[in-house]
Amino acid sequence: MDYINIALPKGRLGEKVYEMFEKIGYGCPAIREKDRRLIFENEENKVRYFWSKPSDVAIYVERGAADIGVVGKDILLEYEPDIYELADMNLGKCRMCVAAKKGFRDNPEKTLKVATKFVNIARSHYAGKGRDIEICKLNGSIEIAPILNMTDVIVDIVETGTTLKENDLEVIETIIPISARLIANKASTKFKAEQISQLRRKLQEVIEK
Amino acid sequence: MQSFNRNDTVLYNLRSLYEQYGYKRFKMSKFEEYDLYLEYKNFLQTENIITFTDLNGKLYAMKPDITLSIAKNAKPEEQQKLYYKENVYRASRTTKEYKEITQLGVEYIGSIDAYTMGEAVYLAAKSLSLISPEYVLDISHMGFVSGLFEAAGIEGSRLEKLLGFLGQKDTHEILYCCEQYGIEKEIAEKIASLSEVYGSFESVLPKIKKIVMNDKMASAVSELEQLYAVLSALGVGEHINLDFSIINDMSYYNGVIYLGYVKDVPCSVLSGGRYDKLLEKLGKNCQAIGFAVYMDLLELYDKSDREYDVDVLLVYNETASPVEVSRKAAEYIAEGKSVKVLSSIPEILKYKELVEISQKGEQ
Repeated sequence: MDYINIALPKGRLGEKVYEMFEKIGYGCPAIREKDRRLIFENEENKVRYFWSKPSDVAIYVERGAADIGVVGKDILLEYEPDIYELADMNLGKCRMCVAAKKGFRDNPEKTLKVATKFVNIARSHYAGKGRDIEICKLNGSIEIAPILNMTDVIVDIVETGTTLKENDLEVIETIIPISARLIANKASTKFKAEQISQLRRKLQEVIEK
Repeated sequence: MQSFNRNDTVLYNLRSLYEQYGYKRFKMSKFEEYDLYLEYKNFLQTENIITFTDLNGKLYAMKPDITLSIAKNAKPEEQQKLYYKENVYRASRTTKEYKEITQLGVEYIGSIDAYTMGEAVYLAAKSLSLISPEYVLDISHMGFVSGLFEAAGIEGSRLEKLLGFLGQKDTHEILYCCEQYGIEKEIAEKIASLSEVYGSFESVLPKIKKIVMNDKMASAVSELEQLYAVLSALGVGEHINLDFSIINDMSYYNGVIYLGYVKDVPCSVLSGGRYDKLLEKLGKNCQAIGFAVYMDLLELYDKSDREYDVDVLLVYNETASPVEVSRKAAEYIAEGKSVKVLSSIPEILKYKELVEISQKGEQ
């Protein structure tokens, strides 16, 4: 039997996901040893895990280096990889939102300036409304942009809203709810069909509703 | 003897297969009038086309697709069996740049019955088997899928959205959307089950028979049954799976559509289907089915590596007689070995055997 390769996002979400995999019999004890290795195998149940940057999980899966992986819906919406989306893990829940300085009023006569990491999501959201926007792509600390009046609004992930509140910003619109998803490479799903569907079935039993 | 690049061998074998089945090579120009793509742009599923103005000021395109050109030139009164090997130019979705893609394709244009359909799908399966013994051909039927959506009364942007989720096998999102659209639970579950069923004809057919809601779906099922009978008789049945998550534009494709996968390539290497509706739009009264193999993907993911660049490296110095050197080289070639003759040992070359010749003869 071939190994099943699983890409997990580094960080808290990845650890939670690994615990779920362990619970359904896909454990890999080596992963618990705190060292700098990135790839872990368990010969007994033929699983191989690797940690990757969360936004890269979809790339590893799309290109077949990983058969399956767990990734936030935000990444899937932004990069639109050609993969199967097999389950909602019901973890890492948050919302993709538009936020602005408190008391902001949108003036439709002007082009709206938007700061975001998620260029594709922002563009299609405003295209759907027929709103003319100018996007300013940032890579982190997006909240600064409207504070310094560089942009009118931001499009970003909001989990608890604390960061927004502390910076005097507020959500003005929710674009879409986000959660972690189980994804699979299309070709792997053909050649490891039984292995992958079994894993998915077992996983669905432990996903908290 | 060093083998040729694996891809060249595959290409040769595929072309022989198509020739054996009486398909004629169709050679085309690289350019096509841009208007054609403008009118049928949904067929291409891309808007990125390389265009240029020719010397008369007319706008031309580097072909992003071959099928459209073949369909445009089809003569409805004749049955045509064609194959082609051409380069097409498309934007890569992942790297956002233009790529030259080598396509080898087969098209049948004429009237389609159970035999011709069987032949077209069999050739696709056989093509995959010539690429790798481990292959899967996934088949869907647009009539079945569109029949279900018609029965559910879903169309327009809702249809597009649901088809997108179906393509990703995203059952969760399908159910959620159906609920939002106020679609009956029973029908929503039928749509969701399309994304769930996957596997051999024997295992999937009984399941999809339960979903049938109208004549269109029923006739699609009987077409699939006929097709499977032909394919199993030809010995490829075990490699064929039903997968209704394969989606192609419904305004061009109508009957069976299929995607082929081979081991070690992470995406489909073959894609095809029946596109009567395209011909209808082109004003031609005939039917068509065909497929294309993406040769560039095979090269990209080819894992076979040559161990040696050459069997024998024959090195001579200035004192060696040219007659002696050529005689020696011819000897090795007659033995079926590959020989590289050079006057000094190159820095980077992997050879199995080194032979040096000087005036005193071979050392």
